[in-house]
Formats: sequence, C-alpha cells, structure tokens
Amino acid sequence: MVGLDPQRSPIQAQLEHLLTEGRRAGADLVEVFLERTDHIGVLVEQDRITSVSPSFSMGAGIRVFKGGRDGFVSTDDLGDVGLLKALDQALAMLGLERSALASSEGFEGLQPLRDFGAVKHDWLQRSPDLRTSTDRLLEGTALLERLGQHLEVRRGSYARDWQEVLVAASDGTFARDIRLHQSSGLSVLAADGDHRASIGRRYGSSDRPDDLREWDLEASAAEVCQSAATMLRADYVDGGQMPVVLANRFGGVIFHEACGHLLETTQVERGTTPFADKVGELIAHPAVTAIDEGLSAGAFGSLSMDDEGMEAQRTVLIENGVLQRFLSDRAGEMRTGHARTGSGRRQNHGFAAASRMRNTYIAAGPHKPEDLIASIDQGLYCKSMGGGSVGPTGQFNFSVEEGYLIENGKLGKPVKGATLIGEAKEVMPRISMCADDLDLAAGFCGSVSGSIFVTVGQPHVKVESITVGGR
Amino acid sequence: MTSTPQTAQAELQPIDVAALRDHLQSYASREGIRQWDLGASRSTSASVQVDRGEAKQLKAAQRSSITVRVWNDQGLVGITSCTDLSPAGLERALAGARDASAFGNSEEIPAFSPLAKAPTPELERPLQPARGIQSLLHTLKDAERQLLARHSAMNTVPYNGLSEGCSERLYLNSEGALRQMQRTQASLYLYARAEEAGRKPRSGGAVRLALGSDQLDVAGCIDEAANRTISHLAYQPVPTGRYLVCFTPEAFLDLLGAFSSMLNARAVLDGVSLSKSESIGEQVAVPFLSLHDNGLHPGHVGAAPFDGEGTPTRRLSLIEQGRLVSFLHSEATARHFGVEPTGHAGLGAKVSVGPDWFEVGTSDGMSSGTSHLHHARSTDTFVLIEGLNALHAGVKASQGAFSLPFDGWLVQGGERISVESATVAGDIRELLKGIVHLEEPVVTHQGVSPHVWVEGLAITGDA
Repeated sequence: MVGLDPQRSPIQAQLEHLLTEGRRAGADLVEVFLERTDHIGVLVEQDRITSVSPSFSMGAGIRVFKGGRDGFVSTDDLGDVGLLKALDQALAMLGLERSALASSEGFEGLQPLRDFGAVKHDWLQRSPDLRTSTDRLLEGTALLERLGQHLEVRRGSYARDWQEVLVAASDGTFARDIRLHQSSGLSVLAADGDHRASIGRRYGSSDRPDDLREWDLEASAAEVCQSAATMLRADYVDGGQMPVVLANRFGGVIFHEACGHLLETTQVERGTTPFADKVGELIAHPAVTAIDEGLSAGAFGSLSMDDEGMEAQRTVLIENGVLQRFLSDRAGEMRTGHARTGSGRRQNHGFAAASRMRNTYIAAGPHKPEDLIASIDQGLYCKSMGGGSVGPTGQFNFSVEEGYLIENGKLGKPVKGATLIGEAKEVMPRISMCADDLDLAAGFCGSVSGSIFVTVGQPHVKVESITVGGR
Repeated sequence: MTSTPQTAQAELQPIDVAALRDHLQSYASREGIRQWDLGASRSTSASVQVDRGEAKQLKAAQRSSITVRVWNDQGLVGITSCTDLSPAGLERALAGARDASAFGNSEEIPAFSPLAKAPTPELERPLQPARGIQSLLHTLKDAERQLLARHSAMNTVPYNGLSEGCSERLYLNSEGALRQMQRTQASLYLYARAEEAGRKPRSGGAVRLALGSDQLDVAGCIDEAANRTISHLAYQPVPTGRYLVCFTPEAFLDLLGAFSSMLNARAVLDGVSLSKSESIGEQVAVPFLSLHDNGLHPGHVGAAPFDGEGTPTRRLSLIEQGRLVSFLHSEATARHFGVEPTGHAGLGAKVSVGPDWFEVGTSDGMSSGTSHLHHARSTDTFVLIEGLNALHAGVKASQGAFSLPFDGWLVQGGERISVESATVAGDIRELLKGIVHLEEPVVTHQGVSPHVWVEGLAITGDA
C-alpha cells in the first residue's frame, strides 16, 4: 500500500501537481485528503469468539471551491491517473477544466509539512493484536457470567480504527496525522419469564494504544450486571410533562442533540438553526456554559488536527447562557463568515468535511447532584441514556435506558421505556441547575459527513420540564 | 440484470472475473488454502444538493471493495475486507483472512451455500444511462423552485438530493460458483421547512427511487413533499392518552423492519430475538395478517438475484394467517434448522441475516370485520402516524418495546390536526395481535403494506 509520509514517498510532488492543475483551471481553492486505514473488529458471545473482522482501505477525497460552490470527488485509486481523473471530475462539476494556458497565480507551493503523526508512527504496532483483543473480551464475558443473574446473552465487542491522513490544499496547507481510536463494550440480555432487559456499556478512547489492556473489566462488568438486575423487572414509565434530572457522562447527549448540532455552521447554511442570528444573546439558562474542544487527553473526540489540516481548539459555545460562537469548517467560514474552529470532520475519504462536534459538554456548576434531586417533588431521574437525534426543525429526542422516578425529593422505583423529546429553543432555558461532577462519555455521531467519534458530557443537570414519552 | 452494458452509466467496466479468480486461486494454492470464496463490488455515483436556487454541493465517487473468506487446515474460517481490487490488495486480503482464521468459531463453521450454483431468477431491470451531474443539478434546482412556490411559508428545502449511480456485485468460490450482476439506481429526496410568524417551524418530505434518473417521479415527489409540509403548518399539542392509531404503509414498514430480528434465524440462534427455535407455528399476529419477504418484487428498485453467499433470491412466506411459518436464513442457520437457505445472507466472519423487501397483506379469504375504517374517510377519532423517528434509539428489539417520536395527525370527525411533539409507545407483540384493520396494500419505495389500524396505543403529547 502507498504510504502517506512525504519523507518516504514522492507524494508531495504528486499533490503539488494536482493543486497546480486545479488552480490553473480557475478553482478558488483545491483541497486533497488522502487516507489509509487499518481496522479490526472482534465479537465474543457467551464464551466464544464469534467474529474477527479485519479490513483495510485507502483513498482520496478531492474538493474544489469556486465562488462559494464546491465539487467533491472520492476515489479508491491513489495512482496519478486516478487522482487526475478525480480532479477533472471535480473541476467539471463547477464548469472548469484543466488547461496549460490558464493562470497558476495563487498557489505558491505547499508549506513545510506539519507532521502530527511523526510521534505516533508505532501506534499501530503498539495497539493490541488479535490474541490480546480476543483474550480481553473473553475475560469480560466470563466476568459477566460470574457477576450477573438471569443472563441469557453475554457479549463483548472491540473495534480498533487506525487512520493515517494527509491534507494538502492550494492555500499551502500541508499536514499529516495518525489517529488511533479504540472502542470496547460489554452488553447483556437478562430474562426471567416475561421480563427482559438489554443493557450495554460502551467505552472509547483516542491515541491510547494501551487502552484495551488497561480497561477495568471488573468495574464495567459489575456496572452492566447491576443495571440489568435493576431494570429486569422495572415498569414502563407513565408519559407526560415533568421535571427531570439527567446524570453526568452520557447525559450530555441532551446538549449534543438539543443544541450542539444547531451550533454547527452546516445548520446555519441550511437555515435550520434557530440560533443563526443570536450570537451575543441569551439562548440558555444563565446556569449553562457549554464547550466544544478537541484537546482533552485520550477523549474519543480529540484530534491533533481536523480533517482540513487545522489544529484542534477549545471553543466556548455558550457562556452563562449567552451564545458565543458556532463550530465552523472551511466551507462554513466561506459561506457564513464564522471563523474556522478546527471542526472540519469526516468519516473517511468518501465524505467532504463538514463542521462537526468533537468533545462537547456542559461545564460543571456549583451544586451537588443530590441537591438537584432534592429540588423535585415528582419527576424522573435518567441515569443511563441511549441514542438520540435532532430533526430539521430543531426537535430533538433521546431514549432513557435506565430511569428512576423521583418522589418527594428522593429516588424511587426504576422505570424503563422513556423517550425525552423537545425543542432546543424551549429546553435550553429550562436547564436550571448544574452539579459539580462533570464527566465525559464516548459516542458516535452520524450526520452530513458520516459517522465520527465524539465525546458528550455534562455534570448532573436539572431540566425544569420536558415531555417524557412513555406508556 | 446483466444485460445491455452499452446502455449502462459511463465508466463502470465489468470486473474481470477470470483474472480475479486466477489471481485468487494462484495465491490460495501458494498459501495452501484449499477453500475460499469472495464477494466484491464496485460502483460509480454522482449526486447534487441545492440551496435556494444555487448548487450547494456536487459529489461523485468511485468505490470498490472485496471480502475474502478462507477455510484453514482445521476447517476454521477467517475473513478480511479491503478496497483494493489489485493483485497486491487481493494477496494482502487473503493473507489477512488466513491469519484471522486462527480465531474462527469452531462451534459454528460456515460452508458454501448448497444453492450457490442453482439457477438465479431473471429480473427485468434494464440498465439505464447516466444523465450527468449538470443535468441532475438542473433538475434539482427546478424541483426546489417548484416546491418553494407551493406555499409562502416554505422558505427552504434544507435536506435535498438527487443522485444516480451504477454498481456491480459478484460472488465466486473455489468450487466454481460464479454470480455477477450490474444495476443502476437513482434517488431523489426533498425535505422542506416551513415557518409562519409566531409559530414553530414544521417540515415534511418525500423520497423517490428509480432505475435511472430519467425515470424518477419528480413531480410526484414535489407534490408529496409540499402536501406533507403544508399539512403540518396548523398544529396543536395532543392530549396524552390511549388512541386508535392508523400507521401509514411507510411507518408500519419502518416499525416492522426495526423488529425484524423476530423473523431472523441468526438472531434466534444468538438469543436476541423475541422468537425461539420452536416459535414456528405460533400465532404472532391477528389471523388476517400475512407477511412475505419478496426481494423480487417489481417495485423493488434495488433488487438483486442472489445474496452474499450466492443463494438465489426468492419470495418467502414468513407469517400466514397470523402464524409464524418461516425465518430468514443464511447457509449456516438453514443447516441448523434443517431447511434451505432463503437468500437473505450477507458475507462476513459471522454471516449476517436480514430482510429484503417486506410485503404486508391480508390473508387469503380473510378480513378484519372493521372495514369502515379508512385513513382518508373515517369519522372515528384516531391518530394517523405518518412517519416514525429515531428508531435506532427508541426500539428495544430484544425486549419488544418501542417508544418513538412521530409525525402525524389527530383526526376527529374527518378533520386532521397536525400533532406537535408526541411519542407513541407499545410492545410489538401486543401491536401485531391488536391490529383491527388492514386497508388495501400500497407499494412504497421500501416495501408493500396497507395502512394498519391498531387499537389502544399509548400516545404522549405535551397538552
């Protein structure tokens, strides 16, 4: 496979040729994203290895900008002919074609390589091999068997994604990185008569080759088994309007879905965010400060650089309820005027980068978690959340995997089957209390540029009123 | 399916199968691998998006992928996938699969499908020419303009796309099986957003699929997207309670698809299905409901004559008179149950099984006895569910439970009022046995189903 290290291959000359040709044809800007990946996925069920799935790929995404429009072509062919063909296609989309007669003004060659991958060259070799991966998962499902009751299905899963990227653009951008993401999880299906509960926990990290080896399997297995035992006989929640307390870590999915997506410039471009003209205005309760960053060590959404070659930043989105700024990528800056924030991200070379979240969380507040629960007479405590989404009108939803009734300021019986829905503009002012126990959780986010690794997070927060769907 | 390549979309030359097989056989022999199979695909596609009369993004892609599966000396199976169809890529994939086979599952070893050389059905799907990206752009701009002209409150079509593409798929194995197909496909989606002063924004949309972009029902897509968006402008909160509910065909097919593990032999054997091995013959739905999986249906634009293991596609009866009569199978699950593979397998280290194209209908000679119910004419009070959202989060397939946000209407005395921010919740087993009426089946882009009426589902609103 062709390497992407310009120190060891003639790729810089190849890229400069492409960029020169693109600019000569009249493009405002040409960007080339090259990628190599190496992936393994492992599944253990009960006490057997049932799936080992290695895969590898390489490819390029070429994007051409002209007058605010852009053409994007992806290809698996990294040869000279394949890349030039892709460039020609991208140019043709914008009514351009290569010509030796046209001007080459505006491209002064690539800047010196910023090589974030140089110190990560051995990460693939240092990450767990198949034997280590399968052994750890077998250990995990054995722990589930030992710690759980009424378990009909025990599963452990692991995925390792290694990615080498090289970004070159006609504004001189030239940067390389190596990323390592690992995701592991345990899940069970507990059953007793007509009662059933399926519970899972997933963990994820970036840039930590030893993450799987250091995983505290016993703690994870105990958490999953405890949750399954609690939820096995839980009743379905009665739906209605009520106050809720959302636990820390994955509770942050509420901000991700309810507000985070609406602060991406892709939503400004589409006209689908109610916050487009609200910078400097109060859009949330003054108790809320929200941040998106790519810097937290080892977090799933952290990056040395984004997929457009820009270094990651810490971006304060909302401060004391006031909207500060949007997450922006190259196209977002061009079309909306919001400055880039190192947030241009994509699943792989098959997608053009778009403004996307990284590690996104509500900052810690002054309260203790128990203060939040004590402030509610009748409500719901959402301890563990499932997935969620947000629609084109800003209506969001997410499911509650493990919930408890709150009665007279205390936690009551466990309940299941709850779905929380609402509108961002309405719910953000209702987040009225934030506790002091901020914590993060890994997740996957699917949107316009594919599925990417992200982190959500928050301390325990109280929402004064929200629609809880139930039976 | 493999006919008339001269009319196909440009630049997709068929994969050279003979060369591919020779390379594989050569590497396999050298490495002492006696048994292998391979699935490969290649595609080209082009798509456009527009924003208020301007091109927003134009995209094109050339893709290829292979999955190689090998059986080692102990008979264990390993796989590797890659995007590189070159000899070097094949060699690396074969080596990776051989390494992975050391971790193969000795308690369930896949084999070649016994039907991998059986005749495949003839599909009447002539390949369609590509129009090119500028033509797609012109069509989509025009469609957006027409849609926005339908109502002053509609100011954007934030989600839109028009695409066309050509793809090729093949399966071959070391015992001489060879399957190969090409197809073309085009799609159009339009999701408009409307907002009136002092009111919440509303949205609605439509999708159309066809073999080629010339065949897309653009006018129908505009009509449907406009009607759906406009009809939601006047909305009200719905009181929480239990309602007679009517699912549109699209909504019911979405719900059924989310719970398809109850029909899936792989899920049954893994213990994550609501069904058990002994569930065949059980009454799982009202007697007047029948369910088939028919990947050969003429309305199924993405139809393929064979599955990932090379098994021919066929129409399969799943539920007859409310009784479960068959599961969806791969080679391995079929062998376990002592039946033939049904043509629903993927290709992987652990072979997946999935539905193709559901046909929901009324059992022969039976009816519900409540034929006065009709989604457009009924004067009963009911909730009409047009579309279910967030199925990935709100469905607990192994528990049977669902709690889902939806778009729809509260219908009272024939008058429709759009429902704002509501969820529907229940249990799929109770729902299938609580169906009170099926209207005439409708062919949608995702399957065939009637409007389905269910009594007493829990709706939570914010009234």
